[in-house]
Amino acid sequence: MTDSSTNASSNNAPENRSGIEIRHLYKIFGPNSERYVDAVQKGMSKDELNDKHNHVLGLQDINLELPPGQISVIMGLSGSGKSTLIRHINGLIMPTAGEILYNGRDVMKMTPDELREFRRHETAMVFQKFALLPHRTVLENTRYGLDIQGIATSKSNPIARKWIDRVGLSGYEDYYPNQLSGGMQQRVGLARALTNDADILLMDEAFSALDPLIRMDMQKVLLDLQAELKKTIVFITHDLDEALRLGDTIAILRDGAVEQVGTGQEIVLRPANDYIAEFVREVNRGRVIRAATVATPLPEGDVALPKLRVKGTTTLELAARKLADKDVRNATVLGKDGRPMGVIDMHTMLTAMVTPAEVDDGDDDLDEEDAA
Amino acid sequence: MAASCWGLPELLCEFPALSDKSLRLMRLGIDNGFRDIVRHYSDQIDAATRPLQWFLNTLENAFTNTPWFIVLAIILGVVWLASRSIKIVIGSAIGMCLIGVFGLWEDTMTTLAMVAVATLIAIALGLPIGILAARSDRFQSVLSPVLDVMQTMPSFVYLIPVVVIFGIGKVPGVIAVVIYAVPPMIRLTNLGIRLVDKEVIEAADAFGASSRQKLWGVQLPLSLPTIMAGVNQTIMMALAMVVVASMVGVGGLGKNVLQAINNQFFTIGFLNGFALVAIAIIFDRASQAFGKRLQKHSEVGHD
Ligand SMILES: Nc1ncnc2c1ncn2[C@@H]1O[C@H](COP(=O)(O)OP(=O)(O)OP(=O)(O)O)[C@@H](O)[C@H]1O
Ligand SMILES: [Mg+2]
Repeated sequence: MTDSSTNASSNNAPENRSGIEIRHLYKIFGPNSERYVDAVQKGMSKDELNDKHNHVLGLQDINLELPPGQISVIMGLSGSGKSTLIRHINGLIMPTAGEILYNGRDVMKMTPDELREFRRHETAMVFQKFALLPHRTVLENTRYGLDIQGIATSKSNPIARKWIDRVGLSGYEDYYPNQLSGGMQQRVGLARALTNDADILLMDEAFSALDPLIRMDMQKVLLDLQAELKKTIVFITHDLDEALRLGDTIAILRDGAVEQVGTGQEIVLRPANDYIAEFVREVNRGRVIRAATVATPLPEGDVALPKLRVKGTTTLELAARKLADKDVRNATVLGKDGRPMGVIDMHTMLTAMVTPAEVDDGDDDLDEEDAA
Repeated sequence: MAASCWGLPELLCEFPALSDKSLRLMRLGIDNGFRDIVRHYSDQIDAATRPLQWFLNTLENAFTNTPWFIVLAIILGVVWLASRSIKIVIGSAIGMCLIGVFGLWEDTMTTLAMVAVATLIAIALGLPIGILAARSDRFQSVLSPVLDVMQTMPSFVYLIPVVVIFGIGKVPGVIAVVIYAVPPMIRLTNLGIRLVDKEVIEAADAFGASSRQKLWGVQLPLSLPTIMAGVNQTIMMALAMVVVASMVGVGGLGKNVLQAINNQFFTIGFLNGFALVAIAIIFDRASQAFGKRLQKHSEVGHD
């Protein structure tokens, strides 16, 4: 173990903690992957690599900063490399080239022992197909991470029970996974990860196997827990609505490369290219865009501000509902500091909600389509 | 005598074999060399097999000297503990009583002791070898043909080296039985571990499990049903082998069968044969029920 601090305790305020930094990450699958790194770095495409050399380009030149205490969503279609990317963070997959830095240490350079300690204390993972241990009860599954660390059951059981309770499964401690529904099993998966008290929480399509209603439930559970725990969460999904709901930032992956990184609003309002514009076309923009984004600046001088006040972080949908409830035409938008920062009216909001996304570089494809 | 062979020259007509003389020399060389080596190390071999000999004798004495009703009670108790099924216990009781009624109790005890020892040794050897095979593809590819040979070689053939090395008696008998009975244990342990859900293994890895923690905490428990099938197969193979093993001096039911074959004692042959069948069925049902009970957690449904 190196001398750099490896015990970033999860009680630390996010500002004092390290995020995860991914630099120039490449992953090539195949027996001679090293041989082709150069060619790929010089621009060989995924198809070319596959056709000519029979190697699969999993990830190419990924550069991402996953800030501490936030939910970073990685989104992409099937086969875009999401699972490959998230497995690099805890070293389940080793990169062909590049670095994954956490607390100043490169995960790739850790010895097997260091890596095991890193996984035991700094990371926890939730899986798409739950991956619970079928021969262990809910309680035993939940304390699995602590068992691995060699902590006595007299100490680990109370901790496990606490988290079982937090995910809403009290009373099911002695059930086996097979006796539970999918939603309940994933609650166990979440409890198992939280019991580890690790700073990094890796979730690979954790809710994708669940029914829509149960999925919304679990998203709420996660958001509630996160408001309190402030973990560094990496959440994988192929569902844009889920990404927008959960993500403080979203990275969109395509063919193993990052297409755009930004907040949900940024991606919906200013998609970087046609591919992403296509992606966000069907999104309910009223639920993504915030009042502060479309507010007009405060009028000069001593003009009276509208009586109704909404927070800058309110979504347009909610703000519009408030305006309609009060039967007024406009409202004052409050900034982060709680003081007025702008004004918003019904017309602006409706316009923002129905305007289709425009690609950043002024591409006019969309207009043509509209005209047709 | 070289047949006409459409008038072809001899080389193409008869397969060009080594000459009789060189074959005989080779045979003598190997046989004598082997015998000399064995003779040279006979003390060491004796010493090495003494614990086994002692173990066998003790167990056999325990089985045959204990009053029958106590042995019966113990057997039924074990069957109950394994299967938790009153049906299987009653069936076992009937089977054992019939064996006793026909005067085969003592021989059956001898055979039981032998099969028990052979099975224990086969498990003790097969489990670790199976685990190694599951961990290394290379070891598996070396092991696979060896197991094929062990299973297909006529069992009488490898009695020969066993007898040369260990002589005649119970110990060589047990060794021959173990060689015959261990392959399914190895194969099914290997298979069971390889079939464990990859995602669960990945989860164990993600939580930082060491390879020993993975083996004992995940791989073995999850492959237990398959491993139990291997134990079951091993017991069945051991029972099937006791008749052959009686050729090298193992007593019990197998010896009776062998005598019946030699003397054409039809009734004795079948009675002893059925006694073996009865034991086999008891072992089989009890171990299968045990294997099922181990899988209880996989039953679906809220209770
Ligand atoms: N071990 C491997 N060997 C070869 N190719 C692989 C391997 N693992 C992944 N790939 C390839 O890498 C690419 C990315 O796979 P990955 O599983 O990361 O996709 P994903 O975004 O998680 O997709 P999904 O939504 O289906 O889970 C795919 O083209 C896949 O075929
Ligand atoms: Mg995936």
